[in-house]
Amino acid sequence: MFDFCFTTEFSGFTITAKIQLKNTGVYAVLGPSGAGKSSLLNILAGYSKISKGHICWKSDQIHIKQASERPIATLFQDNNLFPHLTVQQNLGLALTQWPWLLYKYQKRIEEALKAVNMSSFENRRPSQLSGGQKSRTALARVLLQDRPILLLDEPFSALGPGLKNEMLDLVARIANERNLLVLMVTHDPNDALRISKETILVQDGKVSGPIPTKIALDDESGPLSDYLRIK
Amino acid sequence: MAPRLVSIGAAMIVALVVLGPLIVLMRLTSDQTTFSAADWAALKFTVFQAAYSAILSVFFGFLLAQALFRQSFRGRQLLVLMLGAPFILPVLVAILGLLSVFGHNGLVNTVITAIGLKTWSIYGIQGILLAHVYLNMPLATRFFLQGLESIPQERWRLAQALSLKKFIKFRVIEWPVIQKISLQAFVAIFVVCLTSFAIILTLGGGPRATTIEVAIYQAIRLDLDFSKAAILGLSQFTLTGVIAMLALWFLGNRNSLSGGLDRPKIIWNNSIIRSIMDWLIIIVFGLFLFMPIYFIFMKGIGNLTNLGPSVWSAAFNSLLMAITSSIISLTIACPLTHKWGEALGTLGIAVSPLVIGAGLFILIRPIANPFDYALYVTVLVNAIMGLPFAIRILRPAAEDIRQDYLKLSKALSLNTIGWVYWIFLPRLRKPLGYAGGLVAALSMGDLGIIALFGGAEFTTLPLKIYQLMGAYRMDQALSASLILLILSFALFFIFENLGRRSNV
Repeated sequence: MFDFCFTTEFSGFTITAKIQLKNTGVYAVLGPSGAGKSSLLNILAGYSKISKGHICWKSDQIHIKQASERPIATLFQDNNLFPHLTVQQNLGLALTQWPWLLYKYQKRIEEALKAVNMSSFENRRPSQLSGGQKSRTALARVLLQDRPILLLDEPFSALGPGLKNEMLDLVARIANERNLLVLMVTHDPNDALRISKETILVQDGKVSGPIPTKIALDDESGPLSDYLRIK
Repeated sequence: MAPRLVSIGAAMIVALVVLGPLIVLMRLTSDQTTFSAADWAALKFTVFQAAYSAILSVFFGFLLAQALFRQSFRGRQLLVLMLGAPFILPVLVAILGLLSVFGHNGLVNTVITAIGLKTWSIYGIQGILLAHVYLNMPLATRFFLQGLESIPQERWRLAQALSLKKFIKFRVIEWPVIQKISLQAFVAIFVVCLTSFAIILTLGGGPRATTIEVAIYQAIRLDLDFSKAAILGLSQFTLTGVIAMLALWFLGNRNSLSGGLDRPKIIWNNSIIRSIMDWLIIIVFGLFLFMPIYFIFMKGIGNLTNLGPSVWSAAFNSLLMAITSSIISLTIACPLTHKWGEALGTLGIAVSPLVIGAGLFILIRPIANPFDYALYVTVLVNAIMGLPFAIRILRPAAEDIRQDYLKLSKALSLNTIGWVYWIFLPRLRKPLGYAGGLVAALSMGDLGIIALFGGAEFTTLPLKIYQLMGAYRMDQALSASLILLILSFALFFIFENLGRRSNV
């Protein structure tokens, strides 16, 4: 169970949350831009500290841990791969920091790449990959990190609609296969409808939910109706 | 956090090397050493020559930049590129080149005496100014050119559209930029000239043209008067410290001109008189900057094979020391690539190498013979002297890397060593090469601290050249300085190339 209940103050901006997620699966994080969606992910991942409250994963207090020690993997909006390293080196960093790759790690990288349909791309650099291929590689990296929680900060927003849907389905499949808990920030209601049954709302720094995605996105009476109508 | 510890460690080394000798000097001055009339004269001359050098460099630099800005011709790019060269040109090479042109038997005096005038002496204040202008004017020219070229083309178009008069156009568009850059260039050159050593040592000297820097050297080297060296060193530290702080404050906020859309450059409608003036300026200053180097090549190349083994071993020492200094400098600079790191690194400008050298000399003397440590002291001090440049080059790139990839590295749980090995160094490669080349070339050509410590057994190439000049072996000095010139630039380009062979 992922349970977070906290207050964080930035300069002139406060985020409060009181959320309990009982099941694994994909949760969408929806809300107007500037409401604090990305800040929420930064807090959960450990890049911003909380002022008071707690973040717990299976009764383990993770808010006292460094970002690198939390059971969380993150896909950012950009800069998910190091441009000077090959695909294999990029993925290798999720497993080891030594300058060489043991055979067992090479095998695991091969498997992860296969899972995202990127076999035989080991020696390419990110600049030699298309946008979709980069996203797949980043996703493979997350698989290798093997952490129970995955945070997605609109990593596919630069992709075309077809490719984006393909990536979303891949995320949903992987989350299902590996029993992951995924929080997916998006500004596109269709993304949420496509892969998440439940949605967390972020409005004016207040994090609430989860509520069923269909109700969240009801543009007549739902909580986001103002935001959706302006769009 | 581990990275912070590394930063603090690097900072401690710098503080120790820079401030340790100062404390030693302070303790020595507690006797009844006095600041004599000659010392006051040296202090005054230090400020005076630096101010004049800076004013002249800025003025001539402005003239040349204006001319280069208005005229376009083939080879202009190359000329502008070459204006960067004097920055890493070893000072002694410049001096020998200038001696070939302006010295007693030089080109200029040959012409002057032929038309029946008295010979012009390069020794004294006039020679010091000449050499300082030679080395610093190109820097000022580049400052001005960059400033003028950064003025958005839209402003010139607007001025044309409003048919502004020439004077008003100058007042509104060019003057604000020129004003700002004049001040910045003046301060930068003034600070550099305050601690200038080799030029004063070779072209000045004597009671009427001695700076504190040279006075420290003489107090130690000739008189073995350490308390005098101490008091001189402290006054030099106070002077340069105050001025360097002011300089940082002046140069700190560099706001660039915004609003340009990189439209193609407008064509200048130069009047014929203006064009003739411009060309005159370009040719005169072009010759002024080019001739000394030309003479080094022409006169130096003949004797290359006659050089004794001592020159070659000095060259070898210098190469080895320059490379070591450069690597040490980069190693210290990398953890200091943030705001307070840069402030600390700038101490290297505030403290003159002679002051540090004097302190270290006194520090080592009770334990061992300071001359045995010439190698290590020189390498270390040159590394510290290179820090301000290295940090200034590395910091923007390092900050970008942290900005872009620190989050991802944390997401991957990289530790400090992993971060440095996989991310920081590979991505910093290009500025590392450039900074390394610069520091290596500067160390290679430096005649400062080694003049204090170096002896008969251990010499560097610049010291060897200075010794040859002192012995009036000008032919050999010229050949040796040709070697120094080639090696310095070769070092710079090799380092820079290593950085460029980037794998991105």
